[in-house]
Amino acid sequence: MFQSLARVWALVVKELLAVLKDPRGRATIFVPPALQCLVFGYVATFDLTRVPYAVDDRDRSVASARLIHDLDGSGVFLRVAETARPDGAASLIDDRRALLVIGIDQDFQRRLEHGQAAAIQALADGRNSNTAATALGYLNTIVGRFNADWRAAHGGAGPPAVRLTTRSWYNENLETRWNIVPSLVGALTIGEMLLVTAMAVAREREQGTIDQLLVTPFRPSEIMAGKAIPAVLVGFGQSTVILLVAQFWFRIPFAGSYLDLYAGIGLFLFAATGAGLLVSAFARSMQQALLFSFLLIMPFTLLSGLLTPLSNMPRVLQALTLINPLRYMIDLAQRTYLEGQGLAQLTPDLAPMGLIALVTLTCAAVIFKGRLA
Amino acid sequence: MTGPPPRRPSGGRLARLVALTVKETRQVYRDPSFIAVGLVLPVILILLFGYGLSLDVRHVPLAIVLEDSSPDARDLASSFQLSPYFDAHLVGSMESGRTLMLAGRVDGVIRIPPDFSRRRAQGDGEAQLIVSGADANFARIVQGYADGVVANWTAQHAGRGERPAAGPVLVEDRVWFNNANNSAYFLVPGLIVLIMTLIGALLTALVMAREWERGTLEALFVTPVRVGEIIASKVIPYFGLGMLGLALCVVAARFLFGVPLRGSLAALVAASVLYLLVALALGLFISSTLKSQFVASLVTVVVAFLPALMLSGFLFDLRSLPLVVRLITYVFPGRYYVALLQTLFLAGDVWPVILPNMAVLAAMATVLFSLTRLVTRKQIA
Repeated sequence: MFQSLARVWALVVKELLAVLKDPRGRATIFVPPALQCLVFGYVATFDLTRVPYAVDDRDRSVASARLIHDLDGSGVFLRVAETARPDGAASLIDDRRALLVIGIDQDFQRRLEHGQAAAIQALADGRNSNTAATALGYLNTIVGRFNADWRAAHGGAGPPAVRLTTRSWYNENLETRWNIVPSLVGALTIGEMLLVTAMAVAREREQGTIDQLLVTPFRPSEIMAGKAIPAVLVGFGQSTVILLVAQFWFRIPFAGSYLDLYAGIGLFLFAATGAGLLVSAFARSMQQALLFSFLLIMPFTLLSGLLTPLSNMPRVLQALTLINPLRYMIDLAQRTYLEGQGLAQLTPDLAPMGLIALVTLTCAAVIFKGRLA
Repeated sequence: MTGPPPRRPSGGRLARLVALTVKETRQVYRDPSFIAVGLVLPVILILLFGYGLSLDVRHVPLAIVLEDSSPDARDLASSFQLSPYFDAHLVGSMESGRTLMLAGRVDGVIRIPPDFSRRRAQGDGEAQLIVSGADANFARIVQGYADGVVANWTAQHAGRGERPAAGPVLVEDRVWFNNANNSAYFLVPGLIVLIMTLIGALLTALVMAREWERGTLEALFVTPVRVGEIIASKVIPYFGLGMLGLALCVVAARFLFGVPLRGSLAALVAASVLYLLVALALGLFISSTLKSQFVASLVTVVVAFLPALMLSGFLFDLRSLPLVVRLITYVFPGRYYVALLQTLFLAGDVWPVILPNMAVLAAMATVLFSLTRLVTRKQIA
């Protein structure tokens, strides 16, 4: 038993040296997670901060100027053009110069002063319909405020309006960054884990060094542990880099306990490494290892709930997400990091990840042994 | 090049290229992993994107805490229960609503406070929505739908003799190119970027590195084969796979998901050829520069795959990024291709968008191929 541990330890040290001694290897392992975390923290949001718009103001009245002023003052809408010709709107949207074109009718102010409803037209570029819907939502909010001001200033007894006030737990301002960045602990590491383990084993196979290992007293399970443990250690390093960026660069408050989070990360990394070893058991070359890894990385990422809510998916796909370790890791990261939930509430995430780790590592060991024998 | 090369009949050059290409092609088709990535991955992605990913929310589980027993309050609660966007049910107290939220059984709690109808009569009715910000995007969508339910309810009540709360200014909106707000319309064309990147860059990322690692490239150098011919032979088979992937995607987009193709097919093919060449050249360049399959694979993920997913604008709006990140997106080919795809599929042949973006892709392909040639050439000396 002790001898076996010593042998595995020797392999772990050798693997870590192989990866970390090469400056390029070091750089490819620790720099990308930090950079990606920074970039994605800024990119991965459906909130809009710049909506280029054009306006066709046919009224040119005090009221229409006021509305345009409100749009310009919102900090989100950027007026890129004023158009007078009807075909102007079309070409502005076609060329992607404007996301919205707003038309104000000639009788805008007159209707308002007579207490009638006045319509404005908004054309949106629906090439990304999600962006279009968000921009129109912002426009409605600004018009709503304009209406309230108008009613306040020009009498018109306000009807019994009902307000819906929203309170958001854990993330007061509903900043997307707050849930994306902690999730990267799983989303960025899963690719690296799969690739690092699958490629490491495939390299030994390609270079024939695995045969050399087999004539040593190492057992196949020890060789596997020697591949899995260094990968997990590297994964802990990467996760830590991401957590540091989240807390010290983006200043996202950490609500939970580090022990709980790292327990989850540990199980997740073993599950991901297990998947990587499973890939390597089937891959005959490094090329195959890379390509097979991607056959897993893509569905894992898309079916994780990171980009689109899981509850939106059809039932069949929802069932498939149950074997996706990343799904549990993202849930766990958000629960500990933002919600500060304890181990008891995390069990629904921890248990499946442990199970996936157990199954993948066992299968990989069995197949590995069979292939070598 | 040192000195002019001896003149050979052009047939020799062609024969060499054909021989090399045949060898590479055979290598591709004998390896199941290439077929897996060239055909299986596109099909999986098409199905996932078309059916699995959707930003349109329905049946969000919701708890309603009704603390006011007036008809008004009960009416508002029932309009939440009738909404197709929510799966709302009444719970007894805020405490049980809170418990359900923490357990993840509901995604939001609507609270109608005891003084709701009294304050509404005074013109200040208020209902509360509590959401979990742990998934901020989702929370925003829920908030939007809840606002919609309340606004509709208010408007309906206005019809019963009360004056409308909406207005005086009303927004009449029209979303061009995608009236039905179908998210497959922008997800499926965006998916083509991912597939072309995976086929282009991933497949070629290891090709040159493997030859360097095994020393077979040096063996090739002592033959009359030229560097340009080696590179061309590496590109041609994968180019074929990429075009096959494109055909699959376009057919699926058109006939499976009903995404219109409003531009011309020729322009779409031309744009895709350019992008595929950029992706292939990027993979080859990484591979020939790094000369290690292990490092090349990790680098390809970082500079080809992830930017195509995150920095291309197919999901996230690039105009809203901070300046530095926005400048970074110009370096990667993804944003040009996404602009082309979205325009060609949904808007039509808008030349002011098509020509500049195609020009950038063409320039990128030229630069990357020249760099690959340069890097490979230097090593012979």
